[in-house]
Amino acid sequence: MTPVVEVRGLRKVYAIEGGEDVVALRGVDLTIDPGEFVAVMGPSGSGKSTFMHIVGLLDRPTAGTYRFAGHEVSSLDADALADLRSRALGFVFQAYNLLPRTTAMENVELPMIYAGVPADKRRRAALEALDAVGLGKYAHHQPNQLSGGQQQRVAIARSIVNQPQLILADEPTGALDTASSEDVMALFGRLNVERGMTVMLVTHEADVAAHARRMVMFRDGNIVSDEPVREKALV
Amino acid sequence: MISLAATLRLALQALVRNRSRSLLTMLGVVIGVAAVIVTVAIGTGAKTSVANQINGLGSNLVIVIPGSVQTSGARTGNGGASTLTVQDGLAIAKLPGVSAVSPSVNVRAQLVTGGQNWQTTVTGVAPTYTTVRSWDVSSGRFFSQPETDEAAKVAVLGQTVVHQLFPDGSDPIGRTVLVRGVPFTVIGLLSAKGQSGAGQDQDDTALIPYTSALERLTGGTTISTLMVSAVDGDHIESVQSQITGLLEQRHGIVGGKADDFQVRNLQDIAQAASATASILGLLLAAVAAVSLLVGGIGIMNIMLVSVTERTREIGLRVALGARSAAILRQFLIEAVVLSTGGGAIGVVFGIAGAAAIAVFAHWPSSVSVSAVLLALAFSAAVGVFFGYWPARKAARLDPISALRFE
Repeated sequence: MTPVVEVRGLRKVYAIEGGEDVVALRGVDLTIDPGEFVAVMGPSGSGKSTFMHIVGLLDRPTAGTYRFAGHEVSSLDADALADLRSRALGFVFQAYNLLPRTTAMENVELPMIYAGVPADKRRRAALEALDAVGLGKYAHHQPNQLSGGQQQRVAIARSIVNQPQLILADEPTGALDTASSEDVMALFGRLNVERGMTVMLVTHEADVAAHARRMVMFRDGNIVSDEPVREKALV
Repeated sequence: MISLAATLRLALQALVRNRSRSLLTMLGVVIGVAAVIVTVAIGTGAKTSVANQINGLGSNLVIVIPGSVQTSGARTGNGGASTLTVQDGLAIAKLPGVSAVSPSVNVRAQLVTGGQNWQTTVTGVAPTYTTVRSWDVSSGRFFSQPETDEAAKVAVLGQTVVHQLFPDGSDPIGRTVLVRGVPFTVIGLLSAKGQSGAGQDQDDTALIPYTSALERLTGGTTISTLMVSAVDGDHIESVQSQITGLLEQRHGIVGGKADDFQVRNLQDIAQAASATASILGLLLAAVAAVSLLVGGIGIMNIMLVSVTERTREIGLRVALGARSAAILRQFLIEAVVLSTGGGAIGVVFGIAGAAAIAVFAHWPSSVSVSAVLLALAFSAAVGVFFGYWPARKAARLDPISALRFE
């Protein structure tokens, strides 16, 4: 089975003008197989966000190789990366990042517009995705008419609508109360189990990470532990 | 990959999301384009009305008037001398480059018919007058050469005289009008000519053969003016100098002696007037273009603010798979939609404004299709030109920092 993500010796160095270079990643090796649900943890400055941006094809490594679904992507140009993001990746952000004054439906359609999906197919897929996150009834609501948890579920519907090979979630519960956090994490769990979606989650909260099935710990630009999450007994 | 139609939709959605800001942004271009349309309309109208007035005087007209004379030390003004004769006119008519000559003998006279009377300028002219002044009859006919030769008692009336002498609207043709007690038969009516450039009512006149005027009204042989028509505009100057030479010779003026006549053409006036109108139009258009430019800068300003304000949105779009070309296109289209939308609204306001000026200020204005198209094209160009920089700024945003932007 081809891994979705396969990074070897990944380094990222930020050159700071007039100062010392900052090394964010010091040679990271990691493989994520299809159907995995990985939580990436670590304190701030550990390199986990940089790692997610590189995995999400928004940033390039300074050194090392990155094979996405079997293809080397370090050498692709910006347009090819954009096309890959639109086709094969889904993003969920801490701040939802929904377009204001735009219906849930139109928000979910957005990635398909950039993927060049025709309008009628877009509408069908958007409704399906909203149904999958339990918001089929809210298709014509605008973000300001939805609760934080509902907005984040719209964002999740947006991330899955193109049937991506990998969903990247960056602190998806960071702005939510406990109950909504549980809802959202349960939703990721269902998408992973029922639809076999591969999910990589970045968080610094242990109880959020506990919803995943594998936990990778970053510290000072290195992976310090990588182990399966014990059965949900902890939660 | 994203189609142009889809990008257009995204751009329109973004504009509708910020309805009031979009409208306010358009306002600059609306005013600019409306100003261009109105000022070009006014400028064109001014030029047309100047051209009409010049043409109304006659085509390629050269006017010969008597000069000044000195009697016992007192000098009359120009036209005071009684030196021009019908024979002068006949001689001028033979000059090359001259297409028609009409003498004119002006007499203030009381016209009487039925119970009405009216004082007007009775002008004795030749049949060629219609050509020289580009002025024709609206009904009836003008007098002929034989009628002129026999000093027939026939008259052609201007519209103002018709209204004064025949207020009941009856047909004046065939009726008899007494001019200084001499009965003249009305044979034709002049078409309405309106005011002259100097504000005179040109329709307040009655035309009779110059022979009749000389024999029956003034009793002399000298004429007030000779109106000469050159074959075309290029011949005016040569005709002018030939007339001067001919008349000096005929009047025996040699050496440094002053001419007892003056030869004038209207070309200088025409050129000066149309040049003035052109400069006026150009000036107005320049002011309007500046306001359009300011409108464009307004668009650029708002688009730059908008790019900063929508940094996170741009980051999101990039994360969702928008190529930077798609971002560039969207922002460019937003700018062009704003500017051409503003341009279209401006055209409507401009046409309305030009019409209002025509109605309320009685200023002739004409909106030309080319001015409308030019204004629209220019406003679209303003959108592209002033939208490019903000759009490029948006397309070059780093998605990671854009997503983190607060």
